[in-house]
Amino acid sequence: MASLIACPHCGPRPKEEFTVRGDAGITRPTPDAGQEAWHAYVYLRDNPRGRHKEHWHHTSGCRRWLIVERDTMTHVIYSAVDAATIGETV
Amino acid sequence: MITASFHGESIMRYSAFSVFLNALRGNKSWQPAWRSPVPKNHYDVIIVGGGGHGLATAYYLAKEFGMTNVAVLEKGYIGSGNVGRNTTIIRSNYLLQGNNPFYELSMKLWERLEQDFNFNAMVSQRGVLNLYHSDAQRDAYTRRGNAMRLHGVDSDLLDRNAVRQMLPFLDFDNARFPIQGALMQKRGGTVRHDAVAWGYARGADMRGVDIIQNCEVTGIRRENGRVTGVETSQGFIGCGKLALAAAGNSTTVADMVDMKLPIESHVLQAFVSEGLKPFIDNVVTFGAGHFYVSQSDKGGLVFGGDIDGYNSYAQRGNLATVEHVAEAGVAMIPALSRVRVLRSWGGVMDMSMDGSPIIDRTHIDNLYLNAGWCYGGFKATPASGFCYAHLIAKNEPHETGRAFRLDRFARGRMIDEKGVGAQPNLH
Ligand SMILES: Cc1cc2nc3c(=O)[nH]c(=O)nc-3n(C[C@H](O)[C@H](O)[C@H](O)COP(=O)(O)OP(=O)(O)OC[C@H]3O[C@@H](n4cnc5c(N)ncnc54)[C@H](O)[C@@H]3O)c2cc1C
Ligand SMILES: [Zn+2]
Repeated sequence: MASLIACPHCGPRPKEEFTVRGDAGITRPTPDAGQEAWHAYVYLRDNPRGRHKEHWHHTSGCRRWLIVERDTMTHVIYSAVDAATIGETV
Repeated sequence: MITASFHGESIMRYSAFSVFLNALRGNKSWQPAWRSPVPKNHYDVIIVGGGGHGLATAYYLAKEFGMTNVAVLEKGYIGSGNVGRNTTIIRSNYLLQGNNPFYELSMKLWERLEQDFNFNAMVSQRGVLNLYHSDAQRDAYTRRGNAMRLHGVDSDLLDRNAVRQMLPFLDFDNARFPIQGALMQKRGGTVRHDAVAWGYARGADMRGVDIIQNCEVTGIRRENGRVTGVETSQGFIGCGKLALAAAGNSTTVADMVDMKLPIESHVLQAFVSEGLKPFIDNVVTFGAGHFYVSQSDKGGLVFGGDIDGYNSYAQRGNLATVEHVAEAGVAMIPALSRVRVLRSWGGVMDMSMDGSPIIDRTHIDNLYLNAGWCYGGFKATPASGFCYAHLIAKNEPHETGRAFRLDRFARGRMIDEKGVGAQPNLH
């Protein structure tokens, strides 16, 4: 894992300042979406070997939620953007 | 030399006598412990992954269920995955219904494994102690200990003095986390991990199973909703049944049939110190942070802590976690600050959504899944292999592995030992 994440608000910061939530590809279903959609949302995850987009929270910094794209094999970080700029359609 | 004959080749039985005889012959007549066969066109069962679980499954398929037209396909070499990377701890000190009988079955299999597969796996029931540091934690451990006893598993709640007699060098009066006592399972301990892989490999091979190393599965071929075989780096190999046992790589294999799993892959690190005179007789775990340690027969301290916390397939972790593990270790045993670390490494963990494993059939009739072992699947190796072999051979779960269903998440039947919910990096 790269040591630094370039927070769009705070600049390059050590990754220990962040909390990882995981797969950013899942979107909260509507309340009436049904069992299957809710099961997938709560329990199923993309878990690629390679490029992956995830939610990272800058807990010890600006406290914004970011979407970090990185490689799970090489640990290279490609980008970090504020989750709000992308919305729920990631 | 004592030999037995299987499929036309003579296989040496290991014994004190054979060691002695071979020594007299200058150790020139030892045979390889397993063959390196060219893959056949078709097998009744193909197992993907030659880790502990895949090899144990093949062994029990052949030995207990009479299925010998079986291949284990391993992309690297036997023992290159987590089976050769773990900290070798075995225990059956689980709290929950679905878990406890399963891990106890595993413990019983460990207890007679070496005789069973005729290989020295250095099974050492040296006792596992989980320290507690507060009244609340003592109560939680009392409950766990009682649950174990109700399942017929040994457990002892030790007070501070009893622990002090065994492990006088612990920091009992740590200002923040004083040690009040420990929950001990005397039958817990350690097993030489790679000997487990070798013993199962040899036992399966001598019963006719083909163990094919350097053979990566790259695709799964299907016709009319059934698996017909696998594409591999050594060409196509057909099969009647396909059994996945790829541990940290479970998702990458399941992706080949578009099966999305309740699993994330995470890295866990482990460490070995320079050799020291014997001073830690048991396995000891810190109750106020994640740290566990034992001492190998060579004298090295073998220890580890938490997973790094981010998805990874890299088999290596970060310095921040190294520092964290070292801090927890020194908080528990101050003398560790003087010890030098010789080696560290990482392995890829198949972290499931409730911290418990999956041994089940899938939406494809002849495809079977064994996954989600998190950082605790080594101790499970014998029971996992046994229950998985039962499932594959009979198409029915073994009684003891029944709870580890893939659909338990949809049915609200999670087995969440730690109680942290659907967040794999917290289990
Ligand atoms: C640092 C560390 C410490 C641990 N400590 C403990 C402990 O003290 N106690 C405990 O109980 N557990 C522990 N564990 C967990 C335990 O090691 C694992 O849960 C267990 O080994 C997983 O099962 P396995 O042995 O079958 O896995 P592996 O040995 O990883 O086997 C899976 C195999 O599948 C192969 N494979 C993957 N993809 C493919 C493919 N496409 N084609 C062919 N082959 C493929 C891999 O190369 C690998 O060899 C630890 C793990 C680590 C990393
Ligand atoms: Zn920030």
